[in-house]
Amino acid sequence: MSILVNESTRLVVQGITGSEGSFHTQRCIEYGTEVVAGVTPGKGGSNHLGVPVFNTIEKAMAETGANASLMFVPPAFAADGILEATEAGMPLVVCITEGIPVLDMVKVHRYLKGKSSRLIGPNCPGVMSPGKCKVGIMVGEIHLPGDVGVISRSGTLTYDVVSQLTSLGIGQSTCVGIGGDALPGSTFVDILKLFQADQDTKAVVLIGEIGGTMEQEAAEFISHKMTKPVVAFIAGSTAPPGKRMGHAGAIIMGSAGKTSEKIKALSQAGAIIAPTPAEVGLTTKKVLVGL
Amino acid sequence: MKIHEYQAKALLAQYSIPVPRGRMASTTAEAQKIAAEIGDKVVIKAQVYAGGRGKAGGIRIVNSSGEAKKAASQLIRTRLVTHQTGPEGVPVGKVLVEEASNVTRELYLSILIDGASRLPVMMASEAGGMEIEEVAQSTPEKIFKSYIDPAIGFQPFQGRKLAYGMDLDGGQIGEATRLMTNLYKLFIDKDCSLAEINPLVVTADGKLLALDAKLNFDDNALYRHKDIKELQDKEQEEPLEIQARDWGINNYVKMDGDIGCMVNGAGLAMAVNDLIQYCGGRAANFLDIGTLNNTERVVNSFKMFIADPRIKAVLVNIFGGMARVDVIAKGIVEAYQQMNIYFPVVIRLAGTNLEEGQRILAESGISFIQARDFYDGARKVVEAAKGVVK
Repeated sequence: MSILVNESTRLVVQGITGSEGSFHTQRCIEYGTEVVAGVTPGKGGSNHLGVPVFNTIEKAMAETGANASLMFVPPAFAADGILEATEAGMPLVVCITEGIPVLDMVKVHRYLKGKSSRLIGPNCPGVMSPGKCKVGIMVGEIHLPGDVGVISRSGTLTYDVVSQLTSLGIGQSTCVGIGGDALPGSTFVDILKLFQADQDTKAVVLIGEIGGTMEQEAAEFISHKMTKPVVAFIAGSTAPPGKRMGHAGAIIMGSAGKTSEKIKALSQAGAIIAPTPAEVGLTTKKVLVGL
Repeated sequence: MKIHEYQAKALLAQYSIPVPRGRMASTTAEAQKIAAEIGDKVVIKAQVYAGGRGKAGGIRIVNSSGEAKKAASQLIRTRLVTHQTGPEGVPVGKVLVEEASNVTRELYLSILIDGASRLPVMMASEAGGMEIEEVAQSTPEKIFKSYIDPAIGFQPFQGRKLAYGMDLDGGQIGEATRLMTNLYKLFIDKDCSLAEINPLVVTADGKLLALDAKLNFDDNALYRHKDIKELQDKEQEEPLEIQARDWGINNYVKMDGDIGCMVNGAGLAMAVNDLIQYCGGRAANFLDIGTLNNTERVVNSFKMFIADPRIKAVLVNIFGGMARVDVIAKGIVEAYQQMNIYFPVVIRLAGTNLEEGQRILAESGISFIQARDFYDGARKVVEAAKGVVK
């Protein structure tokens, strides 16, 4: 098993004809993802990378039975793209776009309430279930099918962690990049719930960073609801307060945003903290041996 | 993005929020002239992005235009050191000259985006004039919050709840509600990330007045607010950070060590800095080159290291995903060709097109220290910075 994406995922790519959209759609197809449609307003009826293109997501879903969407839409139009997919009833929306204004996302979140769509991202590398399906921009080759779930706010740091796991022979059930924005569509808690319920995930690796309180909320969930072990690393212990460290959400405003507070909450909740980012793989191995 | 207090107050005034009478001055003569116009007692406030000005001597109350001139001369073109700045302080280029207000109560009012509810939240407190985090810790019962539904906006009942929470009464309730409604409108119109009036004061005649104001803006939304973007005062920013932006490196933060870092991805870049510290060194910067696949940004990163005299060694840590390792390698070779790289460089490469990247580096004949992984890179660069290996 796995969460969010698998062999039955039928993917539509929003913004398929752009340069990034084209490049990564091709990589997803090569990985084995079933890409059934693309959407670019004005280019409906055409064909791109062997995939039929539609003007609207509603049409794409009706014609192809798509059940997940991957978005490469420029920041000024991305919120509208998410709303369109939500309105069409798309079960899973994965938004790669970086740089969406926060107030656009406030509206999106308000609209998502009570709707059936689940949003991953924005500003994220996407979701992949190794050996089954890749919906995003992550490097496919470094992954290995297995039973450890990975959740992260970061892209390349996750690649490093995944390659540590793979080189130790530890495979992954699903890797979920929830993104580096302040208001992600899905939080750590949302994804932890799915991993806790997934029979084939035995343990979870959580990669957090400075800013916000998502790690503290995860700690609360881990302490009360999680029976599977969680290995965590929090990036940014050397980050100065008040400075945005690349990600829109990675800024220390007040003490809750510091790594020390997050590590304290997670370790009190029973998560195992990797001492350095280079030792997440080894820490996970020790935890798995003890199971 | 931050702006100065005088600019924030001008925006508040545009939204009919009462602010003290006053103007900005960038010379002592201007300060004297404005003080004379206002008459009698005025306040001279240093305009810097950092907080904590009052305790640091950046706010002076004077009784004549002559004294105003003197106070301005003690502030303009000096550096102000507050608890929020480093020991080197921040430059004061301008002062705000304002009428002194007769204050009877100091309140607090702000709007920001709440991460947990993903909604704008208006916060009000009767404990104004101090940092809200202190209030939240010592007397949390004095903070009142109202979450705002973006579909319908700020509602009068929310204003009443907060106004009564601040212990206002009579006509002040309606006045405060109007003020809050206007502040929310400003927050939404201009894509603010923080709008804070601290203190919001009650004057001797019972009126509300924004005595200080802080507005921060969402960097991601600046593309639709050219007017706001123009307000930025580059003198208040770290010179190396301005230089980086001019060279197309948007994600650069100056830190206090001596090891230059070039990394792709923000999380990885933070983790690299953490690991360097774990290994006994200190990073001189956070630098995420992003995912643009051209060599120019790599070359410019090396220009940054040359421009920073503190640099003793450099760590390049790239995990190619969207960014391709061969392009990064080409960029490194170009940098070596264009400038005198006098410090040791440790390179760790992984990911997309790794073999091609390694071949480019090997064939170029440039001198560098190879690292096999993340940890190895951090350890080697710390040793290199200490002069252990060359």
